[in-house]
Amino acid sequence: MLSIRNLDLTASNESGTRHILKGIDLDVPDGSFTVLTGPNGGGKTTLAKAIMGIMPADSGSILWDGRDITALGVTERARMGISYAFQQPPRFKGIRVRDLLVLASGKEDLSTADCCRYLNKVGLCAGDYIDREVDSSLSGGEVKRIEIATVLARDSRLMIFDEPEAGIDLWSFSRLTATFGEIRKNSGATVIVISHQERIISLADTIAVVADGRITMCGPRDELFPAVLAGAAPGCRFISGANEGGDCE
Amino acid sequence: MTKQDLRLLREIADLEKTPMGAYNIRKNGESVGRESTENIVIETKTDRPGIDIRIRDGTRNESVHIPVILTKTGHTETVYNDFFIGDGCDVLIVAGCGIRNGGCGTSRHDGVHTFYIGKDSTVRYVEKHYGEGPGTGERIMNPGTVAYIGENSSMKLDTVQIRGIDSTVRTTEIHVGKNARAEVSEKLMTHGSQSAESRMSIFLEDEGADGRVISRSVARDSSVQLFHPEMTGRARSFGHVQCDSIIMDSARISSVPAISAEHTEAVLVHEAAIGKIAGDQILKLMTLGLDEAEAEERIIEGFLG
Repeated sequence: MLSIRNLDLTASNESGTRHILKGIDLDVPDGSFTVLTGPNGGGKTTLAKAIMGIMPADSGSILWDGRDITALGVTERARMGISYAFQQPPRFKGIRVRDLLVLASGKEDLSTADCCRYLNKVGLCAGDYIDREVDSSLSGGEVKRIEIATVLARDSRLMIFDEPEAGIDLWSFSRLTATFGEIRKNSGATVIVISHQERIISLADTIAVVADGRITMCGPRDELFPAVLAGAAPGCRFISGANEGGDCE
Repeated sequence: MTKQDLRLLREIADLEKTPMGAYNIRKNGESVGRESTENIVIETKTDRPGIDIRIRDGTRNESVHIPVILTKTGHTETVYNDFFIGDGCDVLIVAGCGIRNGGCGTSRHDGVHTFYIGKDSTVRYVEKHYGEGPGTGERIMNPGTVAYIGENSSMKLDTVQIRGIDSTVRTTEIHVGKNARAEVSEKLMTHGSQSAESRMSIFLEDEGADGRVISRSVARDSSVQLFHPEMTGRARSFGHVQCDSIIMDSARISSVPAISAEHTEAVLVHEAAIGKIAGDQILKLMTLGLDEAEAEERIIEGFLG
């Protein structure tokens, strides 16, 4: 069980200090599939990074498996079974796809067959990618799918995916949606996905809408899905807020 | 040879025992082991220190190992090794120098290797530099490489200097002939107060010549690095120079790639980048369970390949 209580977080950059999370309360039961959605800039990614420990909270608490992890660093949380797929994954000169999967799995002897299995789950033809460097020679969509594959290889008990659909073409997206369906059904893992995509939201057990640093709605999919869809522009598969300024064409 | 000698040989030439094929092992200025083969003949020079290596036409899938180790503090030497490689060859040449300095004298090896490569040949040249030892004496290496690559031939140079060399000035001069190719891969890491300088001149002399340089380096602590690769196109040719460096701590790096065209059909490109390890790279690896120091080491290990 992941329990977040009254979480506050401010962050500073060159344009000043911003109060991003404002008293977030959220319970994510074990084995559940939760989708965080809501307008851009509402605080979804910050909340995900706070759970992973990438952005430290100012106050409030995060409990995982009954243990207060609020003060723990990224590495400790990772070793406790939390993983995070970045919205904009970094690239690495000289580190191959296979190397990242080996690191993620923690198995030095991870077989080529296993690497292929993870890559196939994100719609990549393994033979074409396994020995390629994760550098600028790969497209944004390719790096994104490799990022998701590393989290699958990690096989952790809490998996967080930050907008997995971003930058991914329609064909690969179908494969990805099927993979999320499989994870939900078979893995037993607790999954949090940040998404604006109807097909991913429709997989959720729980939908939480994050806006202006708060959870403005949270509940079972069947109850919340119609309300969330009502916020979408007519004729568009995407939820309002997915595009800059909330427009949807 | 002692256990320490063997360890140095393993570091610089991946040698666990006497190599297969032709070899010459030099220790503190003396040859301590040599073997020629039917196709590869190694002879001591008569006019100055060093050896001549003659490789017959059509020699394929054979190798030459010529490692050098210095274990006597204060030993300094300049050595000239010349390679005469015939037509239609396919050979691997493994050089490299390891210094163990346990005293206070400066140990220094300056090695100048010159390659004369015939037509239709493929040569891979691997050179590793490594230093160790508890002494306060400096460990210095100044390697020089000169290559003349004949028609339709290719040469791939892999040079690696990862640790333990206090000061190095590396010079490389390559002349690439008709439809020939030179590919240089340079990997370097400096730490402490070490300094490293690499000057490279590649001349694309004739029609269809192709030159590629990939230089990757990491400078840590207060070490200093200077790179100056220059590619000159003298005919219809293609040249690409890429220098990438990671800077850490209070190190300094200057990267000055240059391209010069002396022909309208020469196509030359250079890129250079210096930067620290990106924070999100470290964070990504930390989300995979590595701590910060492990993540940094893994990124460097990958970068230097």
